[in-house]
Amino acid sequence: MAVPSAASPSRSATRLRRKAADNLLAYAFLAAGLACFAIFSWYPLVRGIVLSFQQVNFVSDPWFVGLDNYRAVFDDPLFWTAWRNTLLFTGLALVFGFLLPFAIAVLLNEFRHFSGYFRVLVYLPVMLPPIVSVLLWRYFYDPGNGLFNTVLRGVGLPESQWTQSSGTAMISLVLVSTWANLGGATLMYLAALQGIPGELYEAAELDGASIWQRLRHVTFPQLRFIMLVLLLLQIIATMQVFIEPFMLTGTSNPDTITVLVLVYRYAFAVNQDFGLAAAMSVLLFVVLGIFSALYLRLTRSAD
Amino acid sequence: MTLTAPPRPAPAVAAPPAPAKRPGAAGPRTLISAADLRRHRVAYVVVLGLTLLVFSLVFLFPLYWMVTGAVKSPAEFAQSVPTWIPRTWHPENYATAWTNMRIARYFGNTVQYALGGWLVCLAVDVLAAYALSKMRPVLGRLVLGAMLAGLMLPAAALLVPTYLTVTDLHLLNTPWALWLPAAANAFNVYVLKRFFDQIPDDLLDAAAIDGAGRLRTLWSVMLPLSRPVLGVVSIFIVIGIWKDFLWPLLVLPDPGSQTLSVALARLANTSQVPPTEFIAGLTIAGLPMLVIFLIFQRSIIGGLSAGSMKG
Repeated sequence: MAVPSAASPSRSATRLRRKAADNLLAYAFLAAGLACFAIFSWYPLVRGIVLSFQQVNFVSDPWFVGLDNYRAVFDDPLFWTAWRNTLLFTGLALVFGFLLPFAIAVLLNEFRHFSGYFRVLVYLPVMLPPIVSVLLWRYFYDPGNGLFNTVLRGVGLPESQWTQSSGTAMISLVLVSTWANLGGATLMYLAALQGIPGELYEAAELDGASIWQRLRHVTFPQLRFIMLVLLLLQIIATMQVFIEPFMLTGTSNPDTITVLVLVYRYAFAVNQDFGLAAAMSVLLFVVLGIFSALYLRLTRSAD
Repeated sequence: MTLTAPPRPAPAVAAPPAPAKRPGAAGPRTLISAADLRRHRVAYVVVLGLTLLVFSLVFLFPLYWMVTGAVKSPAEFAQSVPTWIPRTWHPENYATAWTNMRIARYFGNTVQYALGGWLVCLAVDVLAAYALSKMRPVLGRLVLGAMLAGLMLPAAALLVPTYLTVTDLHLLNTPWALWLPAAANAFNVYVLKRFFDQIPDDLLDAAAIDGAGRLRTLWSVMLPLSRPVLGVVSIFIVIGIWKDFLWPLLVLPDPGSQTLSVALARLANTSQVPPTEFIAGLTIAGLPMLVIFLIFQRSIIGGLSAGSMKG
């Protein structure tokens, strides 16, 4: 469309009208999306914060109670337990779920055969609905004739109570979660590894760098960015852990109760108190917000 | 929090194809050189074989155990020394699970939620992305920024207030409780918009000169050109709804309306069915996703590699 030079008043009025009509149409197209975002994303954020200062009983209107919910939450002995467990889960999940995919990706990237098969293999559990993985592993963890204890017995190792003993419950949850999720990170590392220019390795090799030195001075620096991104994403995801403790150890087990399970308990299981749950959610939001902000900064500066 | 820049550099969705299998050592240069690999041929084969074995055991065997465990007799299943290949053969366990546990119902529900959600999400998100990309309305950047800001909100933190909102709107136990929040997916809007941005305006202008309206242009020009991105977004919408657990657990309290995942969680603790039947139920829940994966693995793996779908 040609740009009108020195438009006459009537022409510019037409243009203005056309522009207004176009904008109107654009917002008509956007309406459904805007409504969904407003109702299910933006408004809940505000409502959650307001709710955390309120008492709700579904009979009368909610009323403000100041910081009571926060006080009650902080006084709950389960509060600190839940945070400690969540951090423990996140930490353990990082040990396995962060380093393992990297190691697997580096290994798989060296193979010249079966590369398609390996990719499908590691990603299979990611496709399973989480409930299927978790319930499947519940059979494996069975202290009686579960698969794991059968294998341990078979090779003459001591059996374990897995999810049913306070010493091993948390690590059991981490193992399922790692099995079910590591495929995603592995494939992302593999994609990133393929982006490393081969000349870098060749140059390093000519300089006499060993495999370890090449790994340290070529692979690591080249993957630093994606490692950092995945680290943050994983922290954000694992701090919201729910289904593993919910299904494997229950909502009142102090060994494994996590922040989100506690939110569920407050709102839907034990207390039926949405104010308490909202206060807990806001706290979780603040903590995760720090990591989200870091993530955002990181990916933004890279753009 | 307003952000104008995308949260992740998600390049074009047209996925880089997985590198073709290269027999021998003529692949791209990696950590270990092709010459070294040739020199240590035996070590390479041993490591490859071990890895194949271990990975198959870790990732495939649990699935094998599930599929075959379901056809054993309860007595064989309960043996203290498990049989690796089922000696009793009861494929009718699958049929029994399908009827006894009312899996037919939950399966149907889940399919309905997934397909309906797919339509709703695509309709809402494509229209929004098209408006933002090609019509560039006033404050469009702000709108996109506000949507992307939602991406940064952890879902868990919004659980309770969103649940109350859904309750206020009387959407509990209806498909809309899953569909509408799913449509508020900034990631989809963003990926679609990025793809639409690459379609030259000239094409749209040509359509406009031919007398096509905006909707017509979207339908006949944009969408046919956007098949790859629509495919990837569709797959991820369906997978997302099928795998979701906590949200449907909250908003579908009525057993008759539940998804397969939620129903299995409930039945796991209450039902009296024999374990073999229950495992058949787990298999039925997992199978559609595995089939989708095997069919669309290139798009899924490619989409994952192109722009992290995790965010």
